Amino acid sequence: MVLFLQQMINGLSVGSIYALIALGYTMVYGIIRLINFAHGEIMMVGAYIAFILAVNTSLPFILILLISMVLSAVIGVLVERVAYKPLRKAPRISVLITAIGVSFFLQNLALVIFKADPKIMPELIEKKPIAIGPLQVGTVTVTTLALSIVFMIALDLFVKRTKPGKAMRAVSEDKDAAVLMGIHVNKTISLTFAIGSALGALGGVLYGITYTQVFPTLGVLPGLKAFIAAVLGGIGLIPGAVLGGFVIGMIETITKAYLSSQWSDAIVFGLLIIVLIVKPTGILGKNEKEKV
Amino acid sequence: MKKSLALLMAMVMILSLALAGCAKSDADSVIKLGVIGPMTGDYSMYGTAVAEGAKLAAKEINAAGGVNGATIDIIAYDSKGDKTEAVNAYNRLRDQDGIKGLIGGTFSGETLAIKEIAVGDNMPVLTPTATHSDVTLNAPNVFRACYTDPYQGATAAKFATEQLGAKTAAVLYNIEDAYSDGLANAFNTKFAELGTITDFEGYTTKDADFKAVLTKIADKDPDVIFLPDYTAKVGVILSQIKELGIDVIAIGGDGWDGIEADYADVAEGHYFANHYAKTDSAQIVQDFIAAYEKEYGKTPSALAALGYDSTYIMAQAMEKAKSTEAQKVVDALAKTDGDYVTGHITFDANGDPVKSISIIQIVNGEHKLAAKVSGE
Repeated sequence: MVLFLQQMINGLSVGSIYALIALGYTMVYGIIRLINFAHGEIMMVGAYIAFILAVNTSLPFILILLISMVLSAVIGVLVERVAYKPLRKAPRISVLITAIGVSFFLQNLALVIFKADPKIMPELIEKKPIAIGPLQVGTVTVTTLALSIVFMIALDLFVKRTKPGKAMRAVSEDKDAAVLMGIHVNKTISLTFAIGSALGALGGVLYGITYTQVFPTLGVLPGLKAFIAAVLGGIGLIPGAVLGGFVIGMIETITKAYLSSQWSDAIVFGLLIIVLIVKPTGILGKNEKEKV
Repeated sequence: MKKSLALLMAMVMILSLALAGCAKSDADSVIKLGVIGPMTGDYSMYGTAVAEGAKLAAKEINAAGGVNGATIDIIAYDSKGDKTEAVNAYNRLRDQDGIKGLIGGTFSGETLAIKEIAVGDNMPVLTPTATHSDVTLNAPNVFRACYTDPYQGATAAKFATEQLGAKTAAVLYNIEDAYSDGLANAFNTKFAELGTITDFEGYTTKDADFKAVLTKIADKDPDVIFLPDYTAKVGVILSQIKELGIDVIAIGGDGWDGIEADYADVAEGHYFANHYAKTDSAQIVQDFIAAYEKEYGKTPSALAALGYDSTYIMAQAMEKAKSTEAQKVVDALAKTDGDYVTGHITFDANGDPVKSISIIQIVNGEHKLAAKVSGE
């Protein structure tokens, strides 16, 4: 039983990072129907920014985190302005291909600047086990979980309670009607990209700290899994992304713990296929979609 | 038009043949030895380390009077870690430079690619670092200075049981990597004879999260955990072992060399098998380290030590043979018996070294020679 609980905590820690990244996918999809394949790379950029700050300055962890999130948000908005906005009226497939292009561009840019070898992330959070009853929980795991939950609640409040949040929901429901109501659509889309990218960067920094390394292809696999999480939960739905992230994290951990670690990826990706066959709209997806 | 072109080409070919002929003839007072390895790209540190070690050895040998009155000249070519490039480099070394022996290749893959041609040429080949077991198989002229993957894995198992008194062990290895897989299986087989393997788990190169599998391993409370992978991955695993607070001794292979640079705190107290120990007090080891540091301003890696040893072994074989004639050198190589930086070396029937393995413990972020274990 203790072992099972221990594994559950491991699953939560992996899942919370997937959930954070999945939020970026789902919000952008909700508002402009684009699967932003460059999102995993924004996560990588966020991790590199934190790495540079941690190596060159002695700023406290939380400040490094915030600076990295803000800068990544700016980059996210920039990507949207440069690569996606001119294609707003183009067929959706063009934008999708552009997104893949941006993803490769950012990856190769990082490759040129930082080289392929993994950089070691300084220990921003001191790594040691904390005993909770019979369980051993790492400091990094606790921090990851706490930060993820805080930012998820903040996002939920923002979308539900504030005016810009309301505008986001309106644009995702019906863009043209939103314009008629006097909502600045482009600004709202930029805001969505900014928030999504900031959360992606948070995921990236936590990923870098948890796994001690930063490298140019860091965003690829977690990005892909977060995308699956978003689809699994019901793409376009914020609670769906969070649920999907935790479900994927749990499945991965349980597979590794009780079956075999070689199979965990195969099982996660297989799950995506099954969900798409049985319930194409995802776990929380309904026919009349309630979007971001 | 076509005729004149054909004539031109014929002339170019004749000229190039004549020039190639010239290049070969002036090599009497110089014995050229080739080095092949990745000198650029992601793995450049491996090839350059071997070349630096070899050049240092050549410099010392020449300063001491050379071999049979001739000086040794090391010619190093870049393989970029690629098999085709390695074969091209070998052809160039043989045809253009007229080498009398090859110190290389650096990787197993490139050495295997060169092997067939080299066997046909009966070229004396001594690879410093190719660990794959097939490298020396059915190739009487191919030798190696490093030990093989299975030998290393089995020795690590022997060390765990005999010196650490381990009764139970877990193995966690990279299923996508031949090196990791080879070590893991050899360790598994050997340890199973002496104790119990509690878990034999694999992961893939892209895996970053080991908490689940480590929690599973920790539940059976093994005495040691065997982690045969390279520094970048081992560092991640050791960090998570520390974070989960698992009390286990980790053992690794020569892939751990250099782990103290980035992961000193998480690797503290753990052991790994290596080709030589920097803190080995033997005179030959300390002399080598001092000379290398003076020449290049950095501490030599295990690969540099192997490149250095290989050059000495090759030069001594030529001296013993009193000739650079291929068959005589090969015969002399087979009779090698001496003390080198990476240990006492003799060759078995395959051309694989019979040597002791240094087991190193990371203590206060430094290498400490914990034991010298002879395998098998």
